[in-house]
Amino acid sequence: MFYREAGQYKTSYEADQALFPIRQDLVGIGVILLVAFVVIPLTANDFFLASIMIPFLVFSLAAIGLNVLTGFCGQLSLGTGAFMGVGAYAAYKLTTIFPDVNVVFLVLLSGFFAAFIGAIFGLPSLRIKGLYLAVTTLAAQFFLEWCFIRIPWLYNYNASGAIEIPKREMFGVVVSGAEATPLARYFVVLSITVAIAFLIANVLRGRIGRSWMMIRDMDIAAELMGIRPLQTKLMAFAVSSYICGVAGAMMVFFWLNAAEPSSYSITLSFQILFMVILGGLGSLGGAFLGAAFIWILPVALKFIPGAIGIEIGAETVEHLTFMVVGALIIFFLIVEPHGFARLWQIAKQKLRVWPFPY
Amino acid sequence: MKHVKNLALSTAVALGVAFSGVLSEAAKAEDSNYVPLLTYRTGPFAGSGIHIANGMADYLHMLNERDGGIGGVRLEIEECETGYNAQKGVECYEATKGKGALVYNPYSTGITLQLIPKASVDKIPVLSMGYGLSAAAVGETFPWVFNVPDTYWDGASVVIKYIGEQEGGRENLKGKKIGYIFLDAGYGREPIPLLEQLAEKYGFELLQYPVPGKEMQNQSSQWLNVRRDRPDYMVMWGWGAMNPTAIKEAVKIRFPMDKFIGVWWSAGEDDAAAGGAAAAGYKAMNFSGVGMDFPALQDIKKYVVDTGKVPTDPESMGGTLYNRGVLNSVIIAEGIRTAQELTGKKVITGADMRMGLESLDLTEERLAELGLSGFAHPMKVTCDDHAGSHPVFIQEWDGEKFVKVTDWIEPMRDVVRPLLEAAAADYAEKNAPWPARTEPCPN
Repeated sequence: MFYREAGQYKTSYEADQALFPIRQDLVGIGVILLVAFVVIPLTANDFFLASIMIPFLVFSLAAIGLNVLTGFCGQLSLGTGAFMGVGAYAAYKLTTIFPDVNVVFLVLLSGFFAAFIGAIFGLPSLRIKGLYLAVTTLAAQFFLEWCFIRIPWLYNYNASGAIEIPKREMFGVVVSGAEATPLARYFVVLSITVAIAFLIANVLRGRIGRSWMMIRDMDIAAELMGIRPLQTKLMAFAVSSYICGVAGAMMVFFWLNAAEPSSYSITLSFQILFMVILGGLGSLGGAFLGAAFIWILPVALKFIPGAIGIEIGAETVEHLTFMVVGALIIFFLIVEPHGFARLWQIAKQKLRVWPFPY
Repeated sequence: MKHVKNLALSTAVALGVAFSGVLSEAAKAEDSNYVPLLTYRTGPFAGSGIHIANGMADYLHMLNERDGGIGGVRLEIEECETGYNAQKGVECYEATKGKGALVYNPYSTGITLQLIPKASVDKIPVLSMGYGLSAAAVGETFPWVFNVPDTYWDGASVVIKYIGEQEGGRENLKGKKIGYIFLDAGYGREPIPLLEQLAEKYGFELLQYPVPGKEMQNQSSQWLNVRRDRPDYMVMWGWGAMNPTAIKEAVKIRFPMDKFIGVWWSAGEDDAAAGGAAAAGYKAMNFSGVGMDFPALQDIKKYVVDTGKVPTDPESMGGTLYNRGVLNSVIIAEGIRTAQELTGKKVITGADMRMGLESLDLTEERLAELGLSGFAHPMKVTCDDHAGSHPVFIQEWDGEKFVKVTDWIEPMRDVVRPLLEAAAADYAEKNAPWPARTEPCPN
């Protein structure tokens, strides 16, 4: 009843091929954007913006990036954290070399450095597949992390070995550095994430996205049908790394303010991979759901004992959070291996037939 | 199977609803001074972190129980678990700063670096006691950051001074080989510029053995190199699981333990005990007392540990790291007390706390009043110098416990201070526009 598309006639090809052909989807996206751009900024406090929404959006974008590679093109990667790091270090170098250039432009530009590095480390994907490819991307992770530690030029010879984000303004508003308000940072992160998500949603349903999915589903068949594996796979690596690079740059510029090489360690790669797997491989909405599960749930769980008046130590809460989140991950993966995106589809189906399920 | 899917769906919906419901903040209690403690009792550094966390929390809880807080106002103490993770550290900071936080003690160089630029914006001082950014000692550039009693550069200069004494004078260091094994992160790399400068000055050779954070527990290759290079002395900058591993490896290659000297963060009993009796002779710097022979520590035992108000294991009390945590809280408490005196207010703010810390003068008499006579060297913070380059002593592991073996050793201020000033200027320049100091000097 809530989700029935019956009666929505399409009278042109354009309408039929729209990004959201069903009116409910269009309205739903409109409501989500309205909440994100208007309701949250008006109502949320600084903690909600700075510690929940900004990281959530950054992780969502990174998960979209990995989803392009793993979910849509079928190439397993464990180097996400390092590619995010390349974006962060590139953006840091750029903003210190060109302090007057708009920082958002530089963040978007830094993705190209990550794309270049990603494409280089994507080269082995032409010869090796599956878990073996995962191992070569693991090499990228360790090699790049080593670079972040060992090449002092990358962090401007800071004694601390970390990159520290200077104050930058855009249209007279401070958007990065310690003085930036969470609200300003939130709007920048939200705008970049939404823009890239829409762009990728369109790429994925076009020729390029379809060729990625052909490679994923059966590369030999795809090759026989005229898809060139070299270009296609490398493009997937480049696009994926571009998005991850932008996410990594946003992570340090608009969220953490300073980053040590360990911020971009293998742990981050796994965190993003879990988001993609839990959210659903090959689904953009799933990337957001997965990021919400992995990032927001533990933060929210920490407040539960306090909210219901139980006094327990901070470390016990941490242990409980670990256990609950771990148990939920196992539960969801057993019950629905295709992730939250699939659950959302089931929910839509139920909404469609409600109140007369058959 | 259909029911299972329904279950999954309803769980997901329930989680979504719970998200929106739970995220509310607790209101700040009236008439109390709120001190958030960023601690870690989980993760790879928990072995060191638990003792620090216990020491910090216990002393403040004891003040609440014994004196009803400070200046008649109770302390509200909240721990936030960071797991030594920079992301979680920032989350803890954001979650607690709105409740009127007075001061932050991140206990992680990574988290400290993230909080330094925020401190002046949010008007909450950062107290990184003997860690963090060495350059923060320059109060003119970093009015909101305090790293009393010492920077790592002070520590490195003390080690070289001590080795010089062992060799019968610093001129005898010429031609000696000093190995430096360190955690390959900002923390461990920090002393290198000073060590290199001293190597040039005194003509010894500095050999570096970095230990990556991931391989803390597997240092065989580093120690293989140590065995090959045969350095005359080894200096260690380690933390967490790196310390016991290094000491075990040193014992294994039969490195003369009395020529192995650790920084004050490599001075835990658990660290040295890992080497067993063979580790006897291992030395570490320290600036806080060892043992339980202090009235204040007895009060902690009497008021909060024995009454079961805190989860501390009585056995672990009096250890190096536990007492370090206590010293950290003593500085916090004295900062609050000084701020109350300066402002005449009972409930103070972060800006008042900054003034209190900047006027901190922990004299011998005051330490005796606190029941901590001889627990630490008297320390004084000035507007110019937030670290103070206070003397430290060297303690030796006798196989069962640490024993103080030297008197207080003064750091080489003449070498350290110019480096600190250069580093502070460099930081300000790289983070331009860095805010100039506008806070008036309270003393």
